[in-house]
Amino acid sequence: MAEYSALSLLKNALSGNRDWRPAWRKAEPKPAYDVVIVGGGGHGLATAYYLAREHGIARVAVLEKGWLGSGNIGRNTTIVRSNYLLPESIRFYDFSVKLWENLSHALNYNVMFSQRGILNLAHSPAQADEYIRRGNAMRHGGGDAVWLTRHEIARRVPGIDFSPRARFPVVGGLLQPRAGTARHDAVAWGYARAADRLGVDIVENCEVTGFLREGDRITGVATTRGDIRAGKVALAVAGSTSRLMRMAGIERFPIESHVLQAFVTEAVKPYVDCVVTFGGGHLYMSQSDKGGLVFGGDLDGYNSYAQRGNLPLVKEVMSEMVAMFPATARLRLLRSWGGVMDMSMDGSPIITRGPLPGMYLNCGWCYGGFKATPASGFSFAWTIAKDEPHPINAPFTLSRFERGAVIDEKGQGPTPKLH
Amino acid sequence: MLIPCPHCGPRDVQEFSYQGDATRKRPDPASTDVHAWHAYVYDRPNPAGPHREYWQHIGGCRAHIVVERDTLSHEVLGAAFASDLSNQGGTRP
Ligand SMILES: Cc1cc2nc3c(=O)[nH]c(=O)nc-3n(C[C@H](O)[C@H](O)[C@H](O)COP(=O)(O)OP(=O)(O)OC[C@H]3O[C@@H](n4cnc5c(N)ncnc54)[C@H](O)[C@@H]3O)c2cc1C
Ligand SMILES: [Zn+2]
Repeated sequence: MAEYSALSLLKNALSGNRDWRPAWRKAEPKPAYDVVIVGGGGHGLATAYYLAREHGIARVAVLEKGWLGSGNIGRNTTIVRSNYLLPESIRFYDFSVKLWENLSHALNYNVMFSQRGILNLAHSPAQADEYIRRGNAMRHGGGDAVWLTRHEIARRVPGIDFSPRARFPVVGGLLQPRAGTARHDAVAWGYARAADRLGVDIVENCEVTGFLREGDRITGVATTRGDIRAGKVALAVAGSTSRLMRMAGIERFPIESHVLQAFVTEAVKPYVDCVVTFGGGHLYMSQSDKGGLVFGGDLDGYNSYAQRGNLPLVKEVMSEMVAMFPATARLRLLRSWGGVMDMSMDGSPIITRGPLPGMYLNCGWCYGGFKATPASGFSFAWTIAKDEPHPINAPFTLSRFERGAVIDEKGQGPTPKLH
Repeated sequence: MLIPCPHCGPRDVQEFSYQGDATRKRPDPASTDVHAWHAYVYDRPNPAGPHREYWQHIGGCRAHIVVERDTLSHEVLGAAFASDLSNQGGTRP
């Protein structure tokens, strides 16, 4: 019997829910492992799971400085999509969507993946052309994309401002039907539990403070709970990447840390049944199963490790929200928060061996790393186990900047605040 | 966040445009050293703590300034005209 099933729910209900096992053990760090993963976010946990499941490597520890899910995995707006333009991105993110489609079964944990679709609104003929081009690229790459007319959108999402007064009239929109949302905490907990059951040690409140080295080679980590030796050390610390690099003696790195804010309103009755993005500025919104409207916009736009942003951005996001959905003007905001994003120089991630011997690196997720969680964990585990990349992460090297092989979806150049 | 423009005094962050890290040194334009150009274009110190960065007062005097700001607390520690620093042989845009 699966650990979580209708039958086990019933059985445990009858025994007063006293007999559930904790989802993961509170592991004590051991002196040595085959692989130590730094960072217990989505990517670190997924990597541990695929290492154990796909490659039979179970002498693995995930070291997390806070509690599990305290980083960006518990702070994002939960959008999963693969509506990209460039072939490298389409291949990677579409692989991820396919893993998402079976994730609840694979983990025996309901991650509430809901393929409600994502709709990118276009507000000018030029923007429509650009979106249609992207839709064609997606279909060419094997993905799904549908162009909706203004009329079709008005029927599907009646809350959008279609009045003659709309500041940014909608001319059409690009829909990716297989995109959607998932419960972010459940993704962390589901991977953690599945990895734990395969023998992975998940060690919380264990901050990495330095690296153990023999010459150039990384041979383990120094932590607040003692030294831990490891055959391989894998970093998945998102916004803290530059700090870890500095501990390894690398003072400059193609990453900037920026703050991204997000918001949720009080709960209301069903209002939108897909994810909608506003093309007149930068805004993305969906409705959670509890009824709150979950939304966010741009980065604040300056380097930050503060996990909180400033008011000008709040004002901008709110004004965009009201421009797109006028009825939301009277809603009350329940909460707002921020997370530290690892913004790369071309807007694409880095999943690679190195940069030092014994080290493996996963970073550069900008604000789109939640949807990547399964593919990132899968391909990073592959890279760690086999010492070579999987075809889906092969283009996402660190050396691409020097080689001029950047993967810059929007052609913004090395200006992280714009990615 | 208030930024103390050396010309206009303390002004709201919305009046400024962020230009990023101010510690990078542009290689000699005649240089063909790939590593030096790569480091200039792509690599950043990205410190958690005091950070020297360019801002332009686009909604005011339009001066380019160098601000020192703590990236952990957003506290602004100081500001000066970029041109002054540049004339002293310091950083330049
Ligand atoms: C507001 C917001 C909205 C977002 N919206 C979306 C979205 O809609 N869709 C999407 O795809 N993506 C979104 N993202 C991005 C996504 O959340 C991240 O890209 C992704 O979660 C990063 O990977 P992670 O889960 O492994 O990171 P994290 O959860 O941040 O994991 C990194 C972990 O490393 C730990 N760590 C750091 N330093 C150390 C150390 N020295 N020792 C030990 N542990 C350490 C941290 O505590 C942290 O738990 C959003 C992010 C934010 C902040
Ligand atoms: Zn000024």
